[in-house]
Amino acid sequence: MQVVSQIGGSVTNSLAYVGSLASLGGRAAYYTFVGPFQGKPLRLQRAVSQAMDVGVRALPILSLITFFIGLILALQSAYELRKFGALNLVATAVAISMTRELGPLITAIVVIGRSGSAFAAEIGTMKVTEEIDALETMAISPIHFLVTPKFLAMIVMLPCLTIWANSMGILGGALFGVAQADFTWGRYIQASIDALFLRDITTGLIKSVMFGITITAVGCLEGLSTGAGAEQVGRSTTRAVVMSIFLVVVVDLVFTMLFFFVSGV
Amino acid sequence: MIGASDVAGERMREEDREVVDSEKMISLRDLRVSYGEREILHGINFDVMRGETMVILGGSGSGKSTLLRTLVGLERPSSGQIWIKGQDIAAISQGEMDEIRKKIGMSFQGGALFGSMTVGENVALPLREHTRLEDSTIEIMLRLKLEQVGLAGFEYYMPSQLSGGMKKRAAVARALAMDPEILFFDEPSAGLDPIIAAGIDQLILELKKAFRMTIIVVTHELASAFLIADRMVLIDKGNIVAIGPKEEMRSSTQPRVRQFLDRVAEPEIARELDYLQMLTQERGRRGSGVA
Repeated sequence: MQVVSQIGGSVTNSLAYVGSLASLGGRAAYYTFVGPFQGKPLRLQRAVSQAMDVGVRALPILSLITFFIGLILALQSAYELRKFGALNLVATAVAISMTRELGPLITAIVVIGRSGSAFAAEIGTMKVTEEIDALETMAISPIHFLVTPKFLAMIVMLPCLTIWANSMGILGGALFGVAQADFTWGRYIQASIDALFLRDITTGLIKSVMFGITITAVGCLEGLSTGAGAEQVGRSTTRAVVMSIFLVVVVDLVFTMLFFFVSGV
Repeated sequence: MIGASDVAGERMREEDREVVDSEKMISLRDLRVSYGEREILHGINFDVMRGETMVILGGSGSGKSTLLRTLVGLERPSSGQIWIKGQDIAAISQGEMDEIRKKIGMSFQGGALFGSMTVGENVALPLREHTRLEDSTIEIMLRLKLEQVGLAGFEYYMPSQLSGGMKKRAAVARALAMDPEILFFDEPSAGLDPIIAAGIDQLILELKKAFRMTIIVVTHELASAFLIADRMVLIDKGNIVAIGPKEEMRSSTQPRVRQFLDRVAEPEIARELDYLQMLTQERGRRGSGVA
């Protein structure tokens, strides 16, 4: 009986958490798409500054990671393809894996580590030092002031980073192709482009937008629910990272299933 | 020599003052606030008049900070009414609450300045958010506000470059930005040395004198409270123990008021302290015996 009650409690808590995320996302969407027409202008300057943090400053580490991932993918696929004398298909395997799955996923994970945690820490610290309360007493909505620019930055930058990550992954694969599979750089890139359909790229980009929304919602919600004390900021940050990774994988699964079963892509 | 017209003018100003002072700016009626199952405030009733400085006194955990947070709309009451300028903030929409908030200012205990903005940007924030003033006008206004709190020339400093007292002054400047009618202070002199704390008290007195603002101060610093207050309310365990002008409070014979004002420890704590003292003396005696 106790086990059933515990499971029931966990399910209720999980649903409440998802509800809070949806509510936060909904309010941020309101301030992004409806607010500007109701005299609540978008904070573009803050959004641009966030976009620099989320996007531009993530480029070096993301480039390095996805280049290596592309190289690893090429090595792993070559291990199997070599048996069938089909080493020339390495470019296809890398391009499709990167654009449909690994590009968006690895980008999301890098962004969670860099920005999702930073969102939770920043807002959590502001909560502890009463800055969030100060915003409210000044009749400034913390969602409008803090969360919306982050949403905007993330929705714009995550697809851009994903395109960059896809390219770097393909470049990583090309290194193997040129060194081991008799490709030239040009031929490898051409083979990758030939292997890809537009839908491979668009499904990845749609997922990356959803990942961006998830990461921002979790980071900001964890920050806003920080309790009193500096130690709580650490806890919120850790929770933000763990929950974001988990929910990004869940969102990935849901959308991959949706694309597979509904539209057959 | 005072002329007849001066006397008449003085009388009129006095009458005006009577009229203005009798206007209730804040009225609390059976205010109850709970955190979950636990009730923190058990039916608080009092009024604050226009231009009055009301000091809310109370020990740690007495509920005074919860009361202040409820007054500025950061906590929702479980029941009761909070009338601010004729509107019950416990029963109004978010939009109406925001309109009231534009007429109040709040200075938080730690200042709550935004660390990523300069002092000037902090002070200008409410003006940029709620007015359509030109940048040049906002610039003039923020300098004026900083001058009022004795921080002229500090607009380009970051909050992290300011001392504790300066942070509190900057927070007051931000609270003053929208020319509020009611100003709330949470522990204005907490964590400050006596000289800086006296400076903050002086600032509160000057604001009252210059703008005839209604000021609510939550504190447990007695010297500061008696200096700035017109009236005081002592809260203990979520109930009002005493309320009245500071002179009445000072001469009160009520045991709980006397205990708070005379800084007498709780009997249990006093007994524990005696016990500790006895233990240390015992150990001292044994130590000297061995030697």
